[in-house]
Amino acid sequence: MKQLLSFVRKEFHHVFRDRKTLLMLFGLPIVQIILFGFALTNEIKNAKIVVADYSKDFSSRRITDKIEASRYFDVEKNLLSHEEIELAFKEGKIKMAVVFPENFGNDLLHLNKAQIQVIADASDINTATTLTNYVSSIVADYQAQLLVNNSVPYRIMPEVRMLYNPQLKGEHTFIPGMMAMIMMLVCVMMTAISIVREKELGTMEILLVSPFKPMMVIASKLVPYLLISLINITSILLLSYFFLHLPVKGSILLLYAEGLLFILCSLSLGLLISTVSQSQQTAMFGSLMATMLPTLLLSGFMFPIENMPLPLQVISNVVPSKWFNIIVKSIMIKGLGFSAIWKETLIIGGMTVFLLALSYRKFKIRLA
Amino acid sequence: MSAVRLENITKTYNKGTVSAVSDVSFEVAQGELFGLIGPDGAGKTSIFRMLTTLLLPDGGKASVDGYDVVKDYKTIRSRVGYMPGRFSLYQDLTVEENLAFFATVFGTTIEANYELVKDIYRQIEPFKTRRAGKLSGGMKQKLALCCALIHKPGVLFLDEPTTGVDSVSRKEFWEMLRRLKEQNITILVSTPYMDEATLCDRIALIQSGKILSIDTPAGTVKSFRGNLFTVRSAEIYRLLNDLRDYENTGTCFAFGEHLHLTFAEERAGQEEDLQQYLRQKNHTDIELGRVEPGIEDCFIQFMKQ
Repeated sequence: MKQLLSFVRKEFHHVFRDRKTLLMLFGLPIVQIILFGFALTNEIKNAKIVVADYSKDFSSRRITDKIEASRYFDVEKNLLSHEEIELAFKEGKIKMAVVFPENFGNDLLHLNKAQIQVIADASDINTATTLTNYVSSIVADYQAQLLVNNSVPYRIMPEVRMLYNPQLKGEHTFIPGMMAMIMMLVCVMMTAISIVREKELGTMEILLVSPFKPMMVIASKLVPYLLISLINITSILLLSYFFLHLPVKGSILLLYAEGLLFILCSLSLGLLISTVSQSQQTAMFGSLMATMLPTLLLSGFMFPIENMPLPLQVISNVVPSKWFNIIVKSIMIKGLGFSAIWKETLIIGGMTVFLLALSYRKFKIRLA
Repeated sequence: MSAVRLENITKTYNKGTVSAVSDVSFEVAQGELFGLIGPDGAGKTSIFRMLTTLLLPDGGKASVDGYDVVKDYKTIRSRVGYMPGRFSLYQDLTVEENLAFFATVFGTTIEANYELVKDIYRQIEPFKTRRAGKLSGGMKQKLALCCALIHKPGVLFLDEPTTGVDSVSRKEFWEMLRRLKEQNITILVSTPYMDEATLCDRIALIQSGKILSIDTPAGTVKSFRGNLFTVRSAEIYRLLNDLRDYENTGTCFAFGEHLHLTFAEERAGQEEDLQQYLRQKNHTDIELGRVEPGIEDCFIQFMKQ
């Protein structure tokens, strides 16, 4: 036990005395969030939208005015038919169309409820979601105003239609996906490099000729990166809450527990890479290949898995980030509990055990 | 019982295509300071790694402290001290942290075995808060030796401990080894420097994975056959070529500013004949004299056989 503690302390010395790497480890999530965040917000300023007001009554005009007043929209008032709207979308002229049906005002006055159709180009998911959310909140805002002046509960229901991607696959993929990517980068690469560094410097040679157990080196390497990753999860969540206004809908505790499991999985992968590489460069490229590419391409982070050819869909099943992506989306965005994600949890758990066992077996007790 | 014993040890690399050690056998007695002397690539490090259980021999048997290097590798690993050829400590840890870490790895503390490393550690103690990567070469070696000694090993393996260290530090280092010997620690040391060989109790000369001779330094020198002469003249390079063409030259090679020479056949008046030959070749300032052979001379003679 004392040996393990001493090992862990040594690992912390390595990590904290390498200032540049440390800065990178903690700076990476912050820079990524800010970059992605800005890319998102810039996109939405002055988005071209069309308002097709067939009703032309008091309420529809008020709502249109409110939409126009928003700096997010560049509004064009045009009575387009559905075919014309579709054509405008296809030509990429507009990002969203808001349609007030002919009987909008009548329905609102007499039936106390009316509908607005909101159509968005969901091939650009993030923009589409944000735009429709803005319109919905503007409508909700107007509805609230009506309620103040009137005892009749008017209800205006925006009927949102997402063109080209009706199920909104990949909504808010960027936070969960990025979380997976950062965990992967930090854990896999740093673990692999730090173990291979011992090989390169020759300290592994001395450690081997000592009564230490391979498990001890492995365990002690994992502790500092585990801690750093937990801090990174926290900073990602804080940034996404304060900067992107994306709160965690589900249980934060559950999210951390799942995060911990994913970290362990990544650390095991890093361990495995370290057992097969002889130089820090090999370890680095190996980890990049094993983490960056699959996490970017095959985890559903950038591209929906459903749209991929079947072989790639099959391959994506062995990418741990894919499952972690699903888990984080379920907890953070859908607010689901453990019962909804136990299968994914089990898969990541199984991968972790498999990777750990494999790297323990592959851990060389001799030099060659 | 011998502290280290090798029987017909063989080691090859690259699936048997490169032979590193072939059929090596020797024994090191308890408390002995044994030197493995040979040039780079002679197989010294391979032998060390097999004895420290880091490599598996392809053939033969070896034991350390009576334990088999293959079967009982775990026991050996907790009993020996090993200092690899290049500096292998944590550069980003301080002197003290390195020592404390290796003490803990071996389940001991600096305090428990301070007596053993005291003489050496005292020299680097003023720098104990300095990071190991910032130490000079000699100090690094002292620290590495401390780390290898901190658990009071029965057998100490030092692989080229003085390579890349200045001559003053080298001398100090060997004095330390002599003092450690008094503590009844068996020391197996390798070095490419022939002048260090005389400081060992016994030496094995090794070349291309084969043992040339095993003897005490004095015994090794005594086994030198024939008389050794030192020759020099104004033009040393032409002299070497001329001597190699001379009919009665046995061996001739450069040794510092002189040439070392043996005659193929010892006969009366051989020195005068040689002087005459050299004068015919227009050499000036000719010096010719007897010299006692050293380890290097023996090494070259063994190699030529």
